[in-house]
Amino acid sequence: MLNDWRTRSIIIFFSGLIILFIVAPLLGILLKTSTEEYTRTLQDTEVANSIRITLLSSLMATLLFGVLSVPLAWLLARKNFPLKGLINGIIDLPVVIPHSAAGIALLGIISRGSFIGQVGEHAGINFVGGVPGIVVAMAFVSIPFAINAARDGFAAVPEKLEKAALNLGASPLRVFFSISLPLAKRSVVSGLVMMWARGLSEFGAVIIIAYHPMVTPILIWERFASFGLSWARPVAAIFIIICLAIFIVMRVITRKDYHVRN
Amino acid sequence: MLEIKDISVKLGNFSLSHISLEIESGDYLTVLGLSGAGKTVLLEIIAGLVRPSKGEIILNGINITKMSIQKRPVGLVYQDMALFPHMNVFKNIAYPLKSFDIAKKEINRRVEMLAEQTRIKHLLNRHPATLSGGEAQRVALARTLASEPIVLLLDEPLASLDIKLRQELRELLKEINNTGKTIIHVTHDHMEAATLSKKIAIIEDGKLLQWGKPDDVFRKPVSEFVARFSGIKNIFHCTFLNSTNNTDLIPAKTPAGNTINLIEHPGKEKAYVMIPGEDIILSQNQLTTSATNQYSGQIKERYSLNHGVELIIDTGELFSVIISRKSAENLAFTPGKKVWISFKASAVKIL
Repeated sequence: MLNDWRTRSIIIFFSGLIILFIVAPLLGILLKTSTEEYTRTLQDTEVANSIRITLLSSLMATLLFGVLSVPLAWLLARKNFPLKGLINGIIDLPVVIPHSAAGIALLGIISRGSFIGQVGEHAGINFVGGVPGIVVAMAFVSIPFAINAARDGFAAVPEKLEKAALNLGASPLRVFFSISLPLAKRSVVSGLVMMWARGLSEFGAVIIIAYHPMVTPILIWERFASFGLSWARPVAAIFIIICLAIFIVMRVITRKDYHVRN
Repeated sequence: MLEIKDISVKLGNFSLSHISLEIESGDYLTVLGLSGAGKTVLLEIIAGLVRPSKGEIILNGINITKMSIQKRPVGLVYQDMALFPHMNVFKNIAYPLKSFDIAKKEINRRVEMLAEQTRIKHLLNRHPATLSGGEAQRVALARTLASEPIVLLLDEPLASLDIKLRQELRELLKEINNTGKTIIHVTHDHMEAATLSKKIAIIEDGKLLQWGKPDDVFRKPVSEFVARFSGIKNIFHCTFLNSTNNTDLIPAKTPAGNTINLIEHPGKEKAYVMIPGEDIILSQNQLTTSATNQYSGQIKERYSLNHGVELIIDTGELFSVIISRKSAENLAFTPGKKVWISFKASAVKIL
C-alpha cells in the first residue's frame, strides 16, 4: 500500500499535521518569549520559588507513593486473586476523573476536620494550604503512571527466571531484588519519571488543596488571569523547558541496555 | 534414593496421573515421551514448581512434597536454560552460592572449579546474550551444580544443540553422573536415552507406561506406543489363527496377509507383534535355515545410518532391516532389487 505515492503522500501529510499540532504551540511560546523576558522571569524569586516547590513536591510524591507502589505492581503482574480486575480499574480512576473533583475528594479526607487531617496536625503537618497537601494531590493524580508502567515491566520478565532463582535456593525477597526488579528496572524507572513529570503539571487537584504555596501551573494561571498573556508566557516557557529536559532525561535512562528475554 | 509415589496433578485440560518411580542414588533416569506427554510437569513437581494434588515425593527418606522450592535439594536446568540476562556468567554461577553464608574467596574458588568442570572458564566475563547454545547449556549446568543438588533435573538439555555439541554435552553429563550425582533427564529422543541412561521411563498422555533398564524397555516393550517410541519398527497388528498343523508354531496374519509364525499366543484374537530389525536376515535367495518366517520382497528405500544401512523391504508389509554398510555394498542391496528376508519364530515378540 505504501508503494502507492498518493497514499504515501496522504499518510505523510496527516502525520505531519499531528506532529505540527503538538510542536507548533510549544515552539511558538518558546520563540515568542524574548531573551529579556527569560532573564527577568528567571530572576523573579516568586517564579524560582514556585518551580522549586513544584519540582520538590512532585519528587517527594514520586519517592513516597511511587516507590511504595512497586510491590503492588509486582503483585498485579504475577499473582491472580479475587477482584484483581477491579483493583486494576481502581488504579486507573485518577486518570479518568476530573482533577478538580479529585481535589475535592482528597480535601474530604485530609482537611483539618478529618481523621487524617487531625493526626497530621498533631504531628505538625498541615495538608491544606501546605506542601504535604500538594504532595498528596500530585501523588493521587499521577500514581497510575508509576503502577501501570511497573506492572507491565514485571509482567514482561519471564516467570521462568524467577522460578529458576527460587530453585537455586534464593528466598522470594532475594528473587524480587536480584531478578524481578533489575529486569523490570527500565519500566519501573520510566513509570516513576512519568509520575514525576505528571505531578509537575498538576493544576486542578492542587489548586483545591493548596493555592499557596504556589506551584508553577497555578502561578502561570494566576499571572494570566491577573496580568495577561505577556506575564504568563515567560513562566510557561521556562516551565516547558524544564518539563522537556525531564522528558529527554527519561528517554535516555530508559534506553534498552540488555535483553530481558534471552 | 528418590521415591515418587502415586503422583497426580491436573493442569487445565492436562493431567498427570498415578506416576510412581524409584530412582537410586547415582542413577541416570531418562524420561521419554512426546511433546505434551507431561515430562516437564513431572520435573516441575519434583522441583516444587508445581504442587501435586495427590501422592508423595520422598528424597533420602524425607518427604519433600510440601517443601518450599528454595529448600529442596534438587536442581532444575530448563530447556531454554533460564540464564539471568543481566548477570555475567560468573555472577550466574555464583548466584546460588550467595544464598549461603559463604566467604567471597570461597565463592570465587567454587565458581572457578565448576567453570573448569564444565569447560567454560574462558566465558566467565561474558553475558548470556553473547553465548552459543552449547556454551549457555554448560553455564546453566554449572549454575545448577553450584547449588549442590542431590538430584539434577534436566529438561531436554540437548534439544537445541547440533550433533557435535550434543556429543560433547553427553560426555559432560556422563562425567557428572559418574561423580555420583543422580540425574533425571527428560527427552523425546530414544537414541539420547539409550546412550545416557541407566534407567528409562516412558510417559504418554500423563501416564507412566513402562520403566526399567534400557535393555528391558527396548527389548520387551509393553505396548505398541512404547515399541514405536523406543525406535522399534516392524510392528504389525496381527490376527491370530487357530493352529492347524501339529507344530509348536502359532500362526498370525498381518493386515497385508503375510503369515507370521510365533512360539507364543497372546491369549486373544488380535495383538501387536514386533520383530527387531537386527533379528532379520536379508539374502539374495531363499535360505535353507531354521527360520520359519521367510518372505520374498523388493527393496523400496535405503537410508544411511551412523552404524550401517537401513533397508525398507516391501513384502506386502514394510519391513525395516538394518545391515552393515559393507554387507549392503558387497551384496549390492539397492532400491528395486528382489530379496528374501527371514527370521525365527522366537524373534517375534507379542506386545
